[in-house]
Amino acid sequence: MAELPPTHGPASRAAALATAYISHRHGSPGHGWVLRDVRRARREDIDGIGHKYHLEFVLEDIFEKDSTVNCTAEVLYHLGNEKSAPDVQFTIEGELENTDEAHNAFYNRIQSLKKELEAENIPDSYGNVPPEMQPIRALAWAASGYVIWQNSTENTKYQLAQIKHVKQVKRTDEYLEFDYVILLHENVSQEIIPWQMTVLWHPQHGIEVTQNSCQPKHALD
Amino acid sequence: MMYLLFFTLFIWIQEKHAFILPRDEVLWALPKTDKQAEDLQSFLNTTEVILWQPVVVENIQKDQEVHFYVSASNTNRIKAGLRQLTISHKVLMRDVQGLIEKQTLNDTANPRSSSSYYENYHSMTEIYHWMEEIVRVHSDLLEKIYIGSSYEKRPLYVLKLSKRQGNPKSAIWIDCGIHAREWISPAFCLWFIGHAIHLRERDQIMTTLLEHFDFYVMPVMNVDGYEYTWSKPSNRLWRKSRSSHSNSGCIGTDMNRNFDAHWCGHFPLSFHLSPVRRDQPCSRCKHLSGRGASPNECYETYCGPYPESEPEVKAVARFIRDHKDIIKAYITMHSYSQLVLFPYSYTTDKSKDHDELESLAKKAANAIRRTTKKIYTPGPGARTIYLAPGGSDDWAYDLGIKYSFTIELRDTGTYGFLLPSAQIRPTCIEALSAVREIARHVLQNL
Repeated sequence: MAELPPTHGPASRAAALATAYISHRHGSPGHGWVLRDVRRARREDIDGIGHKYHLEFVLEDIFEKDSTVNCTAEVLYHLGNEKSAPDVQFTIEGELENTDEAHNAFYNRIQSLKKELEAENIPDSYGNVPPEMQPIRALAWAASGYVIWQNSTENTKYQLAQIKHVKQVKRTDEYLEFDYVILLHENVSQEIIPWQMTVLWHPQHGIEVTQNSCQPKHALD
Repeated sequence: MMYLLFFTLFIWIQEKHAFILPRDEVLWALPKTDKQAEDLQSFLNTTEVILWQPVVVENIQKDQEVHFYVSASNTNRIKAGLRQLTISHKVLMRDVQGLIEKQTLNDTANPRSSSSYYENYHSMTEIYHWMEEIVRVHSDLLEKIYIGSSYEKRPLYVLKLSKRQGNPKSAIWIDCGIHAREWISPAFCLWFIGHAIHLRERDQIMTTLLEHFDFYVMPVMNVDGYEYTWSKPSNRLWRKSRSSHSNSGCIGTDMNRNFDAHWCGHFPLSFHLSPVRRDQPCSRCKHLSGRGASPNECYETYCGPYPESEPEVKAVARFIRDHKDIIKAYITMHSYSQLVLFPYSYTTDKSKDHDELESLAKKAANAIRRTTKKIYTPGPGARTIYLAPGGSDDWAYDLGIKYSFTIELRDTGTYGFLLPSAQIRPTCIEALSAVREIARHVLQNL
């Protein structure tokens, strides 16, 4: 196993992927995770299988900058098969803060809306996010974690750049459904990629991305 | 007598505004023991305050009043720190900006001279007006140099910041806004000029630096692209210039791949022959990365048809070449990801000055950490992010400007390019501490 400089490209790309995966698994309307610092990185080349990264890193909450968690993760990129998503396994040190109350409040607020929620450009050009849109953004953050995980390779580093458009879809069951068009920023190619995703959420059942697809760029013009 | 005046003003302001948003304040503190004096010294050393009395932190003694200026965003943190150290303290002046604004009303009917001007993003048109006005008002320190025009024929200006003393001095170059969507970068260049003009007397290091250096500051290099990002929300994340070099329908060249430093690397012929059209971008979601620069005009890292094909790049390169004997440091501001980068980006090989540049980049990152506790990662470009030929820092370095740096400002992705304007101030303060550290080192090694 080879020790890697934790600040260098390969380690930070693998850690960004692990962060997206954790955001997907543990994200919610009340939390989102962003990579603060990679502490240690090692790479194992497994013959005929792929590259496995062993990582130690620190995440911070997108809402509370002072709230951090230590994580370890193993990320396996499959050799020669960019179609299959990397395998990610992770552990989080300590307990994540419980946000059931905030979740229920958000759920009840959306359920009580007379008209389906619809918004665009979150954050706006100047970085503003209206307080009532913070949970909508956190939900997109978590859902985009899924899209990023599914589409990452050893040579990509994706991040949610902006919600272009979000529209709530009326449902007859207890789930909330949102139809998003997000912009992903890919750091290596510097491309901005529009992506559509349909997201279901319920305070007890968590997040599910039921459908997602890359969009042509000119769809935005 | 002074305090009486302040006190009266203070009461008057209190009555006038029942509710006051956080504003800059002047705080009063009184250490009662030697231990407290010592604690206060180290506390003020590690926080971003401007000491009014005594003149330097080292002169803080027990039973002597200490007065210092605290910006609105820091007041709560500083007060909490003082409480924790159990040092008695109070607010000496509330709403200092308000006082200053009132006192200088005649001269500041225009918001361009208020400090909050620098805590907002400004359009290209506004930046042109700002340049004109600041150079007019501070003609003793500033000069606006026309270096050429953009693809869309906007003028390109460099501001020369100089305490004129006859002899030509060494100089430091700082440019901002190579990439249109990185709005925090031009905000820094404006901040830097504003700081030098308005606060230089209170910033000892800046005063010293201006004795020895001229600064060439280019607030926006990619003027067309920057203007474009302001035109409508869907253009906000535009990166490149606005030039057109083919009939593919794709516009723009990545200016930071257009400099003549191993320009565009090496590509297989097939890559040139199979242009990806603008209407089929999904095919590139997975497999276009890892090249650093692209000969395909539809990509965000398009290197242009030839080196310096962009008039903006050509103008900057010509100016720097003409001044290369006096320019001792090249600093270019980008965002985001909080990095202090140095050559090379076009190769993973080490430059001949690698060790010195690395140690200086570390010092700059440490200065930032001391200032705002933010983590900036130092490292050579190619290894720290990716291989990228044609970059301005590599070009300046190979031209002979040894101290060449790219600083990637906030944040690490939470807001990315859409950094909230509330973060302009702390970001500029920390970036300034890095620039000062670099300049100080250059000064010691002239």
